[in-house]
Amino acid sequence: MSDRLEVLKTYKTYVGGKFPRSESNRIYRIENPGGKHIANACRCTRKDVRDAVVVARSAFDGWSGRSAYNRGQILYRIAEMLEGRKDQFVNELELLGAKKKNAQKEIEISIDRLIYYAGWTDKISQVFGTVNPVASSHFNFSMPEPTGVVGIIGPDESPLLSIVSLVAPVIACGNSCIILASTENPLSAVSFGEVLHASDVPAGVVNILTGNRDEMVNHLTTHMDVNAIFNAINDSETKKQLDENASISVKRVKHYSQSDWSEEKHENPYLILDFMETKTTWHPVGA
Amino acid sequence: MSETKEKTSADATNGSPKPTSPNADLKLDFASFWEYSSAPESSDFVEINEKYNHFINGEFVEPEKGRYMKSINPASEEILTEFAEGTSEDVDKAVQAARKAYNKTWSKLSGRERGKYLYRIARMIQERSRELAITETMDGGKPIRESRDVDVPLAAAHFFYYAGWADKLEYAFPGRKPEPLGVCGQIIPWNFPLLMLAWKIAPALATGNTVVLKPAETTPITALKFAEICSDAGLPDGVVNIVTGAGQTGSAIVNHQGVDKIAFTGSTEVGKIIQKSLAGTYKKYTLELGGKGPNIVFEDAPIDQTVEGIINAIFFNQGHVCCAGSRLLIQEGISERLIQKLKDRMETLIVGDPLDKNTDIGAINSKAQFEKINEYLEIGVNEGAEIYQSKCDLPENGYFCRPTIFTGVGQSNRIVREEIFGPVLTIQTFRTPDEAIEKANNTPYGLASGIWTDKGSKIFKVGQKVRSGVMWSNTYNKFDPTSPFGGYKESGIGREGGLHGLYPYVKLN
Repeated sequence: MSDRLEVLKTYKTYVGGKFPRSESNRIYRIENPGGKHIANACRCTRKDVRDAVVVARSAFDGWSGRSAYNRGQILYRIAEMLEGRKDQFVNELELLGAKKKNAQKEIEISIDRLIYYAGWTDKISQVFGTVNPVASSHFNFSMPEPTGVVGIIGPDESPLLSIVSLVAPVIACGNSCIILASTENPLSAVSFGEVLHASDVPAGVVNILTGNRDEMVNHLTTHMDVNAIFNAINDSETKKQLDENASISVKRVKHYSQSDWSEEKHENPYLILDFMETKTTWHPVGA
Repeated sequence: MSETKEKTSADATNGSPKPTSPNADLKLDFASFWEYSSAPESSDFVEINEKYNHFINGEFVEPEKGRYMKSINPASEEILTEFAEGTSEDVDKAVQAARKAYNKTWSKLSGRERGKYLYRIARMIQERSRELAITETMDGGKPIRESRDVDVPLAAAHFFYYAGWADKLEYAFPGRKPEPLGVCGQIIPWNFPLLMLAWKIAPALATGNTVVLKPAETTPITALKFAEICSDAGLPDGVVNIVTGAGQTGSAIVNHQGVDKIAFTGSTEVGKIIQKSLAGTYKKYTLELGGKGPNIVFEDAPIDQTVEGIINAIFFNQGHVCCAGSRLLIQEGISERLIQKLKDRMETLIVGDPLDKNTDIGAINSKAQFEKINEYLEIGVNEGAEIYQSKCDLPENGYFCRPTIFTGVGQSNRIVREEIFGPVLTIQTFRTPDEAIEKANNTPYGLASGIWTDKGSKIFKVGQKVRSGVMWSNTYNKFDPTSPFGGYKESGIGREGGLHGLYPYVKLN
């Protein structure tokens, strides 16, 4: 150890391709299991949630309009950037009390998972789209399209891997999203924002908020301009509340609480389809 | 160059009008020169019982509480029949029968045998098609031409289509093994009674589920005739159960603990209530809800074909269609000409006896709906819109509404934003494709839309940007069992029809 005084990081949020603090200027303490202060995290508010939704909505058109090839390249780029910052994430997880070996494993799976989903972007409509042999003289085909703005509610476990597992399928097909990071473990999510920022992900496609999740979750899930909810919290009261909130504007809800985020089953195209709509186009056939 | 231009414009404005054909101002005047003789379909051999009971566990059984409701013919306001009012006791009985059938027979059958039952049902619908079409028209008020040529043949086609899936399900879900859910509770609307029944029951049975279905309280008869078909086809008892009644019966199905899946078609308002009451349960659900379909016409559209398409988009089935093209968006350059042609065409529409084979627009389905439409006509006028209705005669009895268009409307008008579910069209204009897309998407709905243009690239560009589950280009209101149907946004969750229509009825392992 040198005598040099370490530079600590100010953890902020990631919204619209920028790193703003909460508009409220509120923070809360993040400590390691031994009670040592590690950092201050932003305690976001209803207004932060609403600002993030506006930003996500305006990013949706551009992102869903990108070619599937381009989205795949960008997802692959996120993996590349994460690979280069492995040590940073391992250190961060260790600071919060994780074992080095587990931390390393979490990063590696996260990187590989991003690559898995990068490969789906230009295959999902080939595998799940159809040409439909209608009986009348029409040409008719069905293609999956992104649902829109997705609210993601992150769990407390595997703070990096869980966020990657939730975000990758959602953005692979062209949705934009707002993530409510774990209240206890928000730091990896914020750092992941820095990776996204360096990966050509357009501003506003992924927005990450920290704070007291219970304060924000109702504002996010009752927002009329959110189309779908991807929830990883396993609490029956919360789930019921989310379902009820969703019914206000017929949001799609996917509950996906998991005990082990490292399992391979989290890599599958059906998680992408959960955030897609099928559009069917008809055209007459004639001379 | 400037000289030629001046010359042309001088010609055009030189006092005298441009030379046109001497017949240019003439148009077909059906009302005064053409008289259609009436051509009613005979309903003589169609038997409608005086009273219908629930169909539970393969038998027609009386309702526990002994209460009955009446179904009327909306074209004559005469009572057609009485049918059982389902209570939670009846629903419970039906769910238990469905559960027993699922455990004991239906889930043990091979896919191939299940498929063969569905083929039988499809054939029997075809065999009884005339009776079913006439019944549908009498009970619901839709023109016989539509029930005969659309509703009933499509219902049969749905059973044929899904029959073939029953033993091929492993090919439908790459990398996954599908399994049935169990008992499905299904609630259907009054606009396409038998067809919606087919949309619900065919995929549910093909995937190995059993069913409790509730038809709408204004149109229960064809569902009960379908129950007879299930018996005739030898379908094992309890696989299909039909419980009749109104909203409370539906609510008993939605909230029953023994139901694994809810499929609902109806209004967005009720859909939201259902979604809310399913909160915190593990029941799967699909919702097919309302719409306010934009029908976008570009200047390069084939105009006469477009006029037919607009008519079909809004006046098909009296406009009682969730995917109706009820918001017409016309590019400015052709709006005047198109609206005139539309008005001329509207004058030729025959509104009247639904059983008459010449009838284009039949009766409004119920008194309640009739009053709702009239309320919206009033709202439109009060909002300052300009109303135009065809001048056709209406029958003295029954609930009939003239085809109606509103011009001079704005995006914030209630008649533009809210689903009217009747033969009422609002007309707005736009200049650029971007403006058309913006207006088309400025709604909480996203079920269906139409686009009319001769330019293929425009269809793909605009079609991609408009957020709706169905995009009819240079056509409208076409349906097919192989073609998935369902909404974006507040128009619903999930798809019915086609391969995609299997998803709501399976769990994937």
